Amino acid sequence: MLQGVLFFLIVVAGTGGELCVSRAMKQTGEAKSFHPAEILRVILRGARIPWMWMGIALMTVAFFSLLGALSLYAVSFVVPVTALSYLAGALGSKLFLKEEVSKERWIGVLLVTVGVTLVFLGKH
Amino acid sequence: MARPLHLRTVLLIAVMVIAGPLGNALLSKGMKQVGMPAFWPIGGLLHAAALILSNKFVWLGIASLLTFFIANLLVLSYADYSFVQPASSAAYGVVALLGYFLLGEHVSLLRWAGIAVICVGVLVVGRTNPRTETASLTSV
Repeated sequence: MLQGVLFFLIVVAGTGGELCVSRAMKQTGEAKSFHPAEILRVILRGARIPWMWMGIALMTVAFFSLLGALSLYAVSFVVPVTALSYLAGALGSKLFLKEEVSKERWIGVLLVTVGVTLVFLGKH
Repeated sequence: MARPLHLRTVLLIAVMVIAGPLGNALLSKGMKQVGMPAFWPIGGLLHAAALILSNKFVWLGIASLLTFFIANLLVLSYADYSFVQPASSAAYGVVALLGYFLLGEHVSLLRWAGIAVICVGVLVVGRTNPRTETASLTSV
């Protein structure tokens, strides 16, 4: 039960948070360079967008769930289980961010997900 | 024809692939020392937070994950999320390697096979254009 709740929060809150942050960053515009002032400027511009804060809140929930899971299980078990976020991420990109996800990219996502599932199944 | 990956994109994803798993491995080491915290009631939550935040491996893990987060933000400012997330999935391989070599975790043959499949998936995703809007505009 606890394991299921922790992994559900890691995957759903984590993916939801990343989607919100991605949506906010699309509004800030592209970072022009790696200069610290430019990085700070992009981050501060993002901080004015509500989606950024929603994303950070969701990612905080996912982070504490991850801490709980890491206190109980091996990292090489916990991290692969979170691969369910690939399915959630691709669907979220398509439905929430309205991105075009190409067939080739879907195949890649599928292969990655199958691979990570094998990693999960080989936990013993 | 797919546009070749920009050096900046490769660099940012490399930072994500190294800093993310390293952060998770360090957090794992720290949280194994702390143990499963009691998140409820509120007194337990505060005690748990104090225990977690007094562990040096947790702080090192947070620093590494912050590095990952900034690289992630920068790459997301111009590349699609659906490209960035799978491309950073090589991190699964790196986290298994760190678990095996640094933390002494047992990693089965099936799990290593899964990592190989992940790498193939990453290569497939890496062949696609990081910016779909630009791709659709330039193809007109």
